[in-house]
Amino acid sequence: MSFAPGRPAVQVRDLVKRYGRVTAVDGLDLRLDHGQVLALLGPNGAGKTTTVQLCQGLLKADGGSIEVLGADPTGAPDALRARIGVMPQGGGAYPGVRAGEMLRLVAACSARPLDPAWLLDVLGLDACARLPFKRLSGGQQQRLALACAVVGRPELVFLDEPTAGLDPQGRRLVWELIGALRRDGVAVLLTTHQMAEAEELADDVVIIDHGRVVAHGSPVALTANGNDAELRFRARPGMNLRLLSDELPAGYHAAEPAAGRYLVQGPIDPAVLSAVTTWCAGQGALADDVQVSRRSLEDVFLELTGRELR
Amino acid sequence: MTAAPRPEAGVPRFARGTFTPDPAPGSLLRMLATQSATELRLALRQGEQVLLTLLIPLLLLVGLTLLQVVPLPEPRINSVVPAVLALAVMSTAFTGQAIALGFDRRYGVIARLAATALPRWLLVAGRLAAVLGQVVIQTVLLGAVAVALGWRPALGGLGWALLLVLLGCAAFGTLGILLGGSLRAELVLAVANVLWFVLLLGGGIVVPAAQLPGPLVDVVGFLPSGALAEGLRAALVDGVAPAGQSVLVLIGWALVAGLVASRTVRLR
Repeated sequence: MSFAPGRPAVQVRDLVKRYGRVTAVDGLDLRLDHGQVLALLGPNGAGKTTTVQLCQGLLKADGGSIEVLGADPTGAPDALRARIGVMPQGGGAYPGVRAGEMLRLVAACSARPLDPAWLLDVLGLDACARLPFKRLSGGQQQRLALACAVVGRPELVFLDEPTAGLDPQGRRLVWELIGALRRDGVAVLLTTHQMAEAEELADDVVIIDHGRVVAHGSPVALTANGNDAELRFRARPGMNLRLLSDELPAGYHAAEPAAGRYLVQGPIDPAVLSAVTTWCAGQGALADDVQVSRRSLEDVFLELTGRELR
Repeated sequence: MTAAPRPEAGVPRFARGTFTPDPAPGSLLRMLATQSATELRLALRQGEQVLLTLLIPLLLLVGLTLLQVVPLPEPRINSVVPAVLALAVMSTAFTGQAIALGFDRRYGVIARLAATALPRWLLVAGRLAAVLGQVVIQTVLLGAVAVALGWRPALGGLGWALLLVLLGCAAFGTLGILLGGSLRAELVLAVANVLWFVLLLGGGIVVPAAQLPGPLVDVVGFLPSGALAEGLRAALVDGVAPAGQSVLVLIGWALVAGLVASRTVRLR
């Protein structure tokens, strides 16, 4: 087993993929190290799935280079596939197969797989292990697909929208499993269009749109962009904002975007909070539901692309 | 990262080291055995498949023997068995296999298996092995019922019959993969069923080629159904080697369909 220390699990440089006249991936760079989680974040049609399929060697690139576990993935050679776990979008199983049968079949493709019975149990698939695949709920199908991706003890897993269609408990379970993969040294490349997922799981987030990287960094680095914090609170509608501006140091912006809902933008510190409460008290009102928030990845994405994420 | 809520406080669901990488491909024999056993079980569990591959051949075996719908030389059972055996092979290797592949593709199982260490050729070999398993079950069952109905095959032809059944599996199996791997699942379903019906009645299976109307007589000998049924009739009724044409036609279909399928069918 050629486990090359120091080499990234996935290294993509200047990747290009075209479908006819449409450029789905347009000069993309990625790097994923062992024991790390990289989230590809972007709206539908951003090029996430195409990128993952290129990394798996299922598609042929029109330009650039891809190195996966130190090898060229083109044509998805047998030896490379054996080291990679894949969760394709929408899973994949015989319509009539039972969850247990499907997992045992995928396990049989590996020399030293995890115990399928344990995996079914821990992923909450025990009760439905004898139901045919087409009768499983979306969430159950999704968890089975995840089990199939990890059962062979891979070095690298590709998870295409691993929590799509899961309920909150299911999502939490999958997040926990991805955290355990990372802890145990597995490299994880996942796609998502859920901000919370990328913020929760990823060491590195690559935001892509129209096949290009529009931002790249850790969730903290992407969201803690200097002074862009804000303070939101509720109070009696129609209070005098001019008086608030006088209380606040220069450079702050105060507004009432909706009746009774107030917003102060600028670096929020105790002095600012004090100024706000003083202003409220001066008008005989009490500030309620006070929240200090940093930018979310969603804000970052909207700023960069002007597009809504779903 | 924030810790997820645990089912039991302090007890991690996934113990440290659970997922420590240790990948290696499984043994080819185990992959083949597991895949074909899974597909065989699926075929035996699915109502429509059992109807197509077991119940209809059994009904025809009994019906054609006891009812005088098609003129056949006495004892009728001796001419019925080769026809029903040819039908059984066609139903399983071609119709059933094509429909299963069409829907398996729809449900993404091919993409799923193609992402494991399972080699491409084994993916196809596993399907064909499952077909062979079904044909063995069919042959044993149909043979037992036929013997009970008074069937006495020409023993000298049994070896030839076995060879023809294998060649029939190869020809119909590759055709099934070609059809099931090329069209949308619903189209596969329609085309496979129509072809099954047409070949059953007009392809030299139920009605021997010689009794078919004019121009069909010449065509049928070149169809896999006609070649298989005629070959089996020669082997099991007369106990003689099948005409060279029967063997060559089956080999030819297997080669041509295999060649086209290997270029057009995308196993993902």
